[in-house]
This record gives sequence, C-alpha cells and structure tokens, in this order.
Amino acid sequence: MAILTVNSVSKHFATQTALNKVSIEVPEQCIFGLLGPNGAGKTTLIRIINQITGPDEGEVLLENQKLKPDHVYSIGYLPEERGLYKKMAVGEQALYLAQLKGMSHHDAVQKLKYWFRKFEIESWWGKKVEELSKGMQQKVQFIVTVVHEPKLLIFDEPFSGFDPINVNLLKDEILELRRKGATIIFSTHNMASVEELCDNIALINKANKILDGSVKEIKKLHRSNTYELHYRDFDGDLQSVLNGHFSLSEIRHEDGIHTAVIKLPPDAGSNDLLANVMPHVVITGLNEIIPSMNDIFISTVNAFNGANANDLLAD
Amino acid sequence: MNKIFLIIRREYLTRVRKRSFIIMTILGPVLMAALFIVPIYFATMQDEKRIVHVVDETGLFISKFVNSDNYNFIPQYTDLETAKKTLKQTEGYALLYIPRTEMNVPSQAMLYSDKQPSLNLKSYITGIMNREIEKQKLAAEIRNQIRISTPGYEARADSAADNLMSETILKNIKTDVKLLTYQIEEGGTEKKSFAEVNMIVGMVASIMIYLFIFMFGSQLMRGVIEEKTSRIVEVIVSSVKPFQLMAGKIIGVALVGLTQFVLWIVFTAILVGGFQQAFPEKFKMPEAQQKFVTTQQIQPENPGEDQSANLLADTGNETANQIFEAIASINFPLMILSFLFFFIGGYLLYGAMFAAIGSAVDNEADTQQFMLPVTVPLILAIVMMQYVINNPEGSLSWWLSMIPFTSPVIMMIRIPFGVPYGQLALSAALLIAGFIATTWLAAKIYRTGILMYGKKVNYGELWKWIRYKG
Repeated sequence: MAILTVNSVSKHFATQTALNKVSIEVPEQCIFGLLGPNGAGKTTLIRIINQITGPDEGEVLLENQKLKPDHVYSIGYLPEERGLYKKMAVGEQALYLAQLKGMSHHDAVQKLKYWFRKFEIESWWGKKVEELSKGMQQKVQFIVTVVHEPKLLIFDEPFSGFDPINVNLLKDEILELRRKGATIIFSTHNMASVEELCDNIALINKANKILDGSVKEIKKLHRSNTYELHYRDFDGDLQSVLNGHFSLSEIRHEDGIHTAVIKLPPDAGSNDLLANVMPHVVITGLNEIIPSMNDIFISTVNAFNGANANDLLAD
Repeated sequence: MNKIFLIIRREYLTRVRKRSFIIMTILGPVLMAALFIVPIYFATMQDEKRIVHVVDETGLFISKFVNSDNYNFIPQYTDLETAKKTLKQTEGYALLYIPRTEMNVPSQAMLYSDKQPSLNLKSYITGIMNREIEKQKLAAEIRNQIRISTPGYEARADSAADNLMSETILKNIKTDVKLLTYQIEEGGTEKKSFAEVNMIVGMVASIMIYLFIFMFGSQLMRGVIEEKTSRIVEVIVSSVKPFQLMAGKIIGVALVGLTQFVLWIVFTAILVGGFQQAFPEKFKMPEAQQKFVTTQQIQPENPGEDQSANLLADTGNETANQIFEAIASINFPLMILSFLFFFIGGYLLYGAMFAAIGSAVDNEADTQQFMLPVTVPLILAIVMMQYVINNPEGSLSWWLSMIPFTSPVIMMIRIPFGVPYGQLALSAALLIAGFIATTWLAAKIYRTGILMYGKKVNYGELWKWIRYKG
C-alpha cells in the first residue's frame, strides 16, 4: 500500500514551472530516492508534501487522505537548508521544536532524553548550539527530525556535513527507522548511497518526472547486454575473431592482460560470446557491465534534455 | 493556536533573558527618574532672587502675588511696551502681562522673558490666577443665586449654599487660565516658547512611541533575519504556517516591549519614591486644587483671609509641588491608555513591515533599500512634532493624527491639548484598519521571502510575491 501518493501535481512560479504534472507513489516502509539535478523541482515537491506551499493543480494523499493541517505531525522533515537557533540551548531548542510537532512537554522530554543517550550527547543538553561543531549540530538536527516518531520521514541531502563515521551511524539509524515501520523519502545527489539504501526512486528533471520504479527494475531495464572480457596470450585483431554482430567498443592493455568491452546483440548471451572467442584467446574473466545509478541518472537526464532541445528546434 | 502560543513564549523568553534587555530595563528608569528629579532638584537649589514685573490691567491679581525666597513681584503701572523696556534695562527675570478683556474675567496672560521661564514660576502664576478667577466666579454665582431666590435672608442663604454644592456650579467655576510664554530675543523679536508640562509629557510620550517602534521593530526584523540565515526557518514552517510564525514573533516582541514599558514605569516610580523618602523636604506632594475650591472657597464671606496666597507663599519647598501639580493636571488615565493603544497599534503596523523586510533579505546589510517606507513616515512624524505643538488643532495636525503611519506619534502630542473622543475613536479605527492591511500584505511577502535564498530582491520582486497565490 502506498503511504504517499502525489497525483499529477503542478506548481508554477511567475516565470517558470517548478513541477509539471508530477505523479509519484511511495510504498509503505520503503526508502524512496527522490533524484534530480539542481533546480529540477525536488525541493518544491518536498515543500508541497510538507504543506509549506500548496500545489496549483493536482493533489497529495497521505495514507489515502488529502493533505490536511494535522498531517504535519506525521511527517518529519530534514531540509537541505537546515540549521538551529545559534544562541539557544540545545535541549531547550529540541524541546521547542518537538512541541511544535505536536508532542506534549512530558513526552518530548522523555523521547529526547532517549535519543540524546543513544547518540551519547547527553552532556550537550545545556550547551548553546553555537558551541557545537557542525557535525554535532547535524546530530541534534537529526534527532529533532525523528523525535516525534513520524510515519513519513523526508531527508534532503541528509549526509552533508557528516564525517564518514557519522554517515554510517546515520545510515544505520535510517535503516532502523524503516525496520520500525517508517517510510523514508530520501533526496540526494549521492548516487552511491542511493544504490546502497533505496528500494524505489523517482527522477525529476526540469519539472517533469522522467523515470521511476524500483531500483532493481530500473537497473534491469537499463542493462545494455554489454560485457567485459579479460584475456591474455593474443596479439591479433580481436574484432576479426568476433562474429560480425558483436561490436567491440573498447580495448585496454594492462600487465599483459587485455580487457575488451563488447556489446552483444539483443538475442545473444554471454555463452555465445565465449563460444566465439574461446578458440583464439586464453580467457581470464568475463563480467556483465551493469549500469550504475549514476550512469542511469546522467544518461536519462541527458536524453530528456536532448529530446527537449530537439523539440525546441522543431518548433 | 497552541503553536502560536509556543512561538510567542519562545520569542518572549529568549528576549527577556538577554543581557541587553536587562541593561535597558535598569538604565531606562534611571534616565527617566533623572528626568523627574533633576529639574526639581535644581529648581529648589535656586539661590538668587528673581524679579518678576507685573502689568495687571485688570487690577484683580496684582495684590495676590506674594514675594517669596525666590521671586519678587514688582507691579508696573505702565503700558506693555514700556514695561518690556524696563524689564531689559533692570535685567528683571520676567514680565507678566494680564490684559484687560471684554468680559470681566480674563482667561489668559502672557509671560515675557529672555530665558525660558521656570516651570514653577509658571505654575505659581496660573495657580494664583485660577484661584482668583474661581473666587470671582463663585461670588458672581452666589449673587446670582441670592437674587433669584425667594424672600427671607436665611432661606436665601441656605438655598444658595445648596445650589453651590451642585456639580454644575462647581463645573461652571472651574477655570483654566492659559499662560502664553514668549521669549524676547536680542533683536527684540518675540517667539512663543513652550515649557508646559503637558507639552513635555506629550512629547516624551510620542518620542517614546517612536523609539519603541524602531527599537522593537528592528528587534523583530533581526529575529526574522536570524531565522533565515541560521536556516532554521524551513524546519519550523514544516510544523507551523508561516503566518503563525510571523504572528507569534510579532506578538512575542510586543509583549517584550510592554514588559519593558511596565518595568520602566514601576522602577521609575520606585526610584522617584525613594528619592522623595530620602529628601522629603524637597518633595511635598501637593494638595489637590479642586479640594481647595470645594471646601474653603464655599465661604465667600471671608475676603480678608487670602488662603490661596498663604498656601503658595512659602515657595522654597513648594517648587516641587508646582511641578507635581502641573503633572497631576494631566489626564493620566487617558494618556496611559492612549499611549498603550498607540504604542501597540503603531508597533503592529510597523512591526509587520519590519518582519516582511527581514524575510526578503539575506542579511542585515541588505535591509537598507527597503527601510525607506518604514523610516520616512516615522521621521516625518518626528519632524512635524514642533509644528503640531504650535497648531494642535490645525488641519495638517488633524490629518497627521489620522493617517495610521504617523498617528501613533502625532496623536500623543495632541492628546495633552485635548482631543475630542470622536477624533480619537476615528484615529484608533484607522490605525486598526492600517495594521490589519500591513499585516496582510506583510504575510504574503513573508511567506515567500523566508524560503528564498541568495536572490537580490527589489520592489518588483516583492510585488510578485504579494500576487502569488496559495
């Protein structure tokens, strides 16, 4: 079941369109990657989900209900542009923000104590935020995002400002939150973390959603039947031994090992390739080149921009 | 609603705990108490005797002015121009001129001097004249009553006394002499001068409103900028509506202002009171003038006993009383209520604009370009203050005290001169309409502005934001 449904939402500003009939569906208890280049419209979409601004058209459903003011209590939002009151004490501030998310004073104190203990930062309670390092502030910020135990968490570039150790700590926490039943929307440019964490993604470019689905499916779809062949003891022309419909796109030589990148026709498999080359070379390895999310991101965005540019030219 | 309360509480608590707030709270009353104490102190310190020439064309008052340690009153039986020359030649302190009027009872007098005449001299003169005129009026009333009553002296006297006690008569005889003061300059030209206590109170009140609006308005603006630059604002508006945040901040800062104001009043009272305790001989609280009229002047058959003169005779310690009396003559409940209303109204009107400006910029340096519409009307109001004091009833004064952008400052100057309640109500209604309008516009700018970073904003951009929907 989808916890969040965005139904052809559009948002226009005076001179530009921020979102053009974007629809996404976020399944319950998944980690959903919201991807796209800078200025694509991700932040606008996130703000609409948080009811910071309203859509011009379309609707957003949280657990099949149209967004209403009370829904802010069910959402935790860690914005990309984030910060805390510098002159205010950490504990007092966390308490204030938790109460703004609808928690009672008593509950807020208890839950905050729990999180402060968990992150081993109890001693910071009375310190002013300006006395903390950037990484420490990020931890506090993370806590105030999750303390009211929202069903839906939205993290916009959550790992910026963290050192690798704390990035790992945070990843573990995110996975833990999901295990406990939360759904996480995760907006980032860091494709490695998308591959590592996300179950589903949506790719937004220039106000349009241009790709969505589960990460596995998308990767499968973007496979190009290309293989990397490692071999040695052959100095002839590899192309000549390949059957005509295998195309050789690249050859590298390193320490007597040759590596060839070969694209296979759609009806052929890796065994066909092996059968072709085995009589001529000593094979040391063969592996399929699976596109990374990074490649998919770049190629999809470029394809979309190219098509758009063509449209413009056609006009 | 609950969330607005949380925001108000945070704004309030973080501000009143600031060191700057505590310092201002202590420093303000010290300055204000000094404003009360120093003039009184100096007034009583005065050692040389001052000569006051009196030209009394009515002949009613000349004998009533009694010489004291500080003032000698010398009658001059010449015309005004000659008296002015004499004043210059003899280096007298001041010249009091009471012109003969068509009616028997004069209602104004002029005081000429080359310096600003002292406050206690002025209140002494008006006090004497008021008493004398009241006495005359009362005598006239009694003659009137006796004439119209039925025969029989006893009955007549009784009914006259009964009638005298009635409120209307007391109101009829209540007198308020206007003492116009002129400064004679070197060239011989005269300039109207102002040192009336009620003018000073009006000016202090309006300058305080001006300062409070600027002080707390820019505090509010800095608060908005702080939220924007520290990037906490997006976290907060994911929990509350931008309007709630703005309203909470405006109200929170307003409460800080009120707290400061109340603390100032209380501490000033404590300081002045303490000073009074420490130097009781300098501060004798005056007996109310009205009481004197109603009790003692009821017996008009005692012309020899000139109590009014006696009461004010030993002037040495009375100087403080004169000032207190003058202060007491101001309608303080009205002043304080108006002050609170126009302070809050003016602050809300400008506060919304300050909040909008704060939301539109990335740092305090960028606020300059938008400060113009806020500072110009306020400074205009201050510049026009002198004019309004000269012409409190003028049509320009009327307009300035109606336009919401200037009315908080200007109305406070006019109130001590007496403003009809109808005008006050109209001005108040316009101010309320004004701040609702600015808050409405500001909310639209604020909503967009707080989430806008790294963009140079101009007025055209602001207009676009106002027109955005949802």
